[in-house]
Amino acid sequence: MTPPQRQRRQPAEKAPPEPGKKPGEGKIPERLYVLTGATEDGDRAELDLVTLIVARSDAPQSATPEQAALLGLCIAPLSVAELSAYLNLPYSVVTVLLTELLTAELVQARAPIVRQALPNRSLLEAVMHGLQKL
Amino acid sequence: MDFKSSDTITGPRTEDHLPHTAQAAVKIVIVGGFGVGKTTMVGSVSEIRPLTTEETMTQAGVGVDDNYGSDTKTATTVAMDFGRISITDQLVLYLFGTPGQERFWFLWNGLFEGALGAVVLIDTRRLEVSFDVIGRLEERGVPFVIAVNSFPDGPHYPVEDLRTALDLSPDVPIIECDARRRASSRDVLMTLMRFLHSLAMTGSLT
Repeated sequence: MTPPQRQRRQPAEKAPPEPGKKPGEGKIPERLYVLTGATEDGDRAELDLVTLIVARSDAPQSATPEQAALLGLCIAPLSVAELSAYLNLPYSVVTVLLTELLTAELVQARAPIVRQALPNRSLLEAVMHGLQKL
Repeated sequence: MDFKSSDTITGPRTEDHLPHTAQAAVKIVIVGGFGVGKTTMVGSVSEIRPLTTEETMTQAGVGVDDNYGSDTKTATTVAMDFGRISITDQLVLYLFGTPGQERFWFLWNGLFEGALGAVVLIDTRRLEVSFDVIGRLEERGVPFVIAVNSFPDGPHYPVEDLRTALDLSPDVPIIECDARRRASSRDVLMTLMRFLHSLAMTGSLT
């Protein structure tokens, strides 16, 4: 019995942007902002799904219900993905809420470690060591 | 998607709280065709009950006259299941898998870019459903391993036949697993980590 056959692909060269299109336009889908006042062009903080968020203080009187709920959740560190799950809000909406809270210095963001150009063997070894304990 | 102050937000259980010393997180993405066991694998190794995050995306209709404007856009919700493993008091590993349509994951900004690597879960009964996702990982230069989720009624191909069929380079690990079992899923993750480590040693990890 012969399995079906695939053709290997090569890493894609960075395609030059199409003329007449701004960066980010085209293939990348737009995000929907429903709950917040932010516009599509509003600046958003650089947040990853696994950026850890920690509240710096209790919710002020002026906080919206969404902000208050979010602040209540991240008394202990929580990833953006977990906040999205517990709040039952799309990831992009949570990043907008977090941008507001970061600007107001109500939360702290602990940046994720991303795959870098330079290999980080000690990080990989730490993960392997942790997995072995499972 | 109404959000009222009266809504009860159910947060993490006390035992699911990360310690305050948690400083950083890394992620691994588990990919594969529909129904191949991605969510099962996430659930079998996660220390928390798997959670779901979602993103709403709009795509302009293709080949549709501009006169229709925004009405031609279609909104799609992409949901991802994920789990968590505390590595140390400082470091947390997140695992993402999704039951959704594969092409949408690659529109999810940053999902693969920051990931350590990916596990491609395959079902030998439907090998071809993984072809596109493997190709997309290759195009993006995301390192990956192949995990063959063993189904009793699936054909059993020798590893080298699978390597040929999937047109994989000789260094890409292929491992059989049972995604329902924690130890087996852990071994898949270990295989990925050893592969990433070997890439780092040879300086070919980009």
